[in-house]
Amino acid sequence: MAINVAGKSIETDEEGYLTNLGDWSEEVANEIAKAENVDMSQNHWEVVNFLREYYNEYQIAPAVRVLTKAIGKKLGPDKGNSKYLYELFPYGPAKQACKIAGLPKPTGCV
Amino acid sequence: MATAAVQAPPLREYPVIPILARDAMAGSRPYPASEKMNEALGFPGKLVDGWREKAVLKIGELVAKNRGLRVFLDACVHCGACTDKCHYFLGTGDPKNMPVARQDLFRKVYRRYFTLGGKLFPKLVGAEDLTESVLEDWYRYFNQCSECRRCSVYCPYGIDTAEITMAAKEVMDSIGVGQKYTNEIIGKVHKIGNNLGLPGPALKNTLETLEEEVKEETGQDVRFPLDEKGAEVLVVTPSADFFAEPHVYSLVGYAKVFHAAGIRWTLSSHASEAANFGVFIGSQAQMKAIAGRVREAALELGVRRLVVGECGHAWRVAYSFWNTLIGPFDFLDSRYPVPQHICELTYDLIERGAITFDREKNDAHVVTFHDSCNVARASGMGGLPRGQFIIPRAVIRAAANHFHDMAPETIHEHTFCCGGGGGLLTDELLELRVKGALPRMEALQKVVDEHGVNFMATICAICKAQFAKVLPYYKFDMGMIGGVHQLVSNAIRLGRND
Repeated sequence: MAINVAGKSIETDEEGYLTNLGDWSEEVANEIAKAENVDMSQNHWEVVNFLREYYNEYQIAPAVRVLTKAIGKKLGPDKGNSKYLYELFPYGPAKQACKIAGLPKPTGCV
Repeated sequence: MATAAVQAPPLREYPVIPILARDAMAGSRPYPASEKMNEALGFPGKLVDGWREKAVLKIGELVAKNRGLRVFLDACVHCGACTDKCHYFLGTGDPKNMPVARQDLFRKVYRRYFTLGGKLFPKLVGAEDLTESVLEDWYRYFNQCSECRRCSVYCPYGIDTAEITMAAKEVMDSIGVGQKYTNEIIGKVHKIGNNLGLPGPALKNTLETLEEEVKEETGQDVRFPLDEKGAEVLVVTPSADFFAEPHVYSLVGYAKVFHAAGIRWTLSSHASEAANFGVFIGSQAQMKAIAGRVREAALELGVRRLVVGECGHAWRVAYSFWNTLIGPFDFLDSRYPVPQHICELTYDLIERGAITFDREKNDAHVVTFHDSCNVARASGMGGLPRGQFIIPRAVIRAAANHFHDMAPETIHEHTFCCGGGGGLLTDELLELRVKGALPRMEALQKVVDEHGVNFMATICAICKAQFAKVLPYYKFDMGMIGGVHQLVSNAIRLGRND
């Protein structure tokens, strides 16, 4: 599968996750978000940017408690919980936010 | 995917056998594993030349090696006792999801090549050649069996249908027809040590974050030790416990139990996974390689006890197979069960008065317990008959005031699969997962209506992830699902062991 961004074809797997993580850009993220029916606000970007920073350091998306803690610090304690993350990413913060951030899908019993 | 429009079937007041819906689930097909994923496990990357002959040879090899499998293939008399026992049949109405019909997809091929009647008069005995369309049926419908073994409980011959599903998957893997969800994950365990692909430094960071959070909440220095040599207990738990909700709350519960009881414990970055998907694909070699990490970690860390966290099939593998896969365990303390389930450990401490609870802290929860299939039908606990049913419930009752069981035909050995077991917990099978959850959702609705149940505890990472996903399709809150040690965590008295 592939998505088209600014006339360029970008390869994804069957589920729409980027095949090459290096293909990611903000335009690509916006395109994936559109397909997911997610309207990217500043708060969405805070999550996506944190996921990418964490991935760069640890080669994995952050665990949900790590993510909620970091988002609570950035956006305020009332937003540092998974309920808020589900409001942003209804299909689940781990999978949907990772997809938009260009990270691999978390696998296993999650 | 975000737009997947899956409809949950309506809950019925009196569950009845569904009207047959031929080929209703013929379109359900998990993503195939890539060449790289298959090859990483030593399987051919893609469908091999001469696959038919090779598959038949493989079947021959399996029935020669596994006498049980041969009996299960020969003994079925098509009495039909199993037909309405499968959650996937009850939820989808697809006749090929009747256990007898699904297993006959394999049985008819076995008959064709390995029985006299099938060789001479195939049509008379329901024997069939292994054709491309039969192989396609295998791939679709053996990936609609969660190997939960509920049908086996009702089989008058005791046929273990899951063994047939596992054999079919083993044959398919051997000719290059692997399933992505399971095979990608097994590859990650070999490479990184867990299903998630969570590397050591990320695990360390995650555990440090949890320590800080629990300190903020409780004021206690509850530790989440990693790779600590000389600890008494090594805990092996599903990596979802580190990563996901509600799983992580049970991990916090384990840590509080060790803290309150003053037991030195550790997790391992080498064996950072209890799950063993080798069993789902019927591969003894994969099971052994995955389990091997646990033995290596236990020896390296010098622990005296092995404890398994809340993971259903991991407990089956540990309880029933570890001894032959990675034993003997002569280096462990024989005064404790080897291996020991976290519920056994907590129950033992409760019985001895070593940990106590403020039960009212769980008063917001009216609790029921979902027996996970692999724990219920393939293991034991505490060395007492039916201990695997008694002990988790006893732990819940020690930690919470309000508990109500679901209907007797849906619990204990009669329990219904959550709908996501056996290597089917993947997004492209969501329709199957939602529909397969129907019988459990109906039983849950009853205790919700009758007793106001608002929390379903379980001891399996797959069950937790599956219910968190499918509960909303049945208009339940996803927060209704959680772990037994989540309840323990809420109510345990932490004392002065910090």
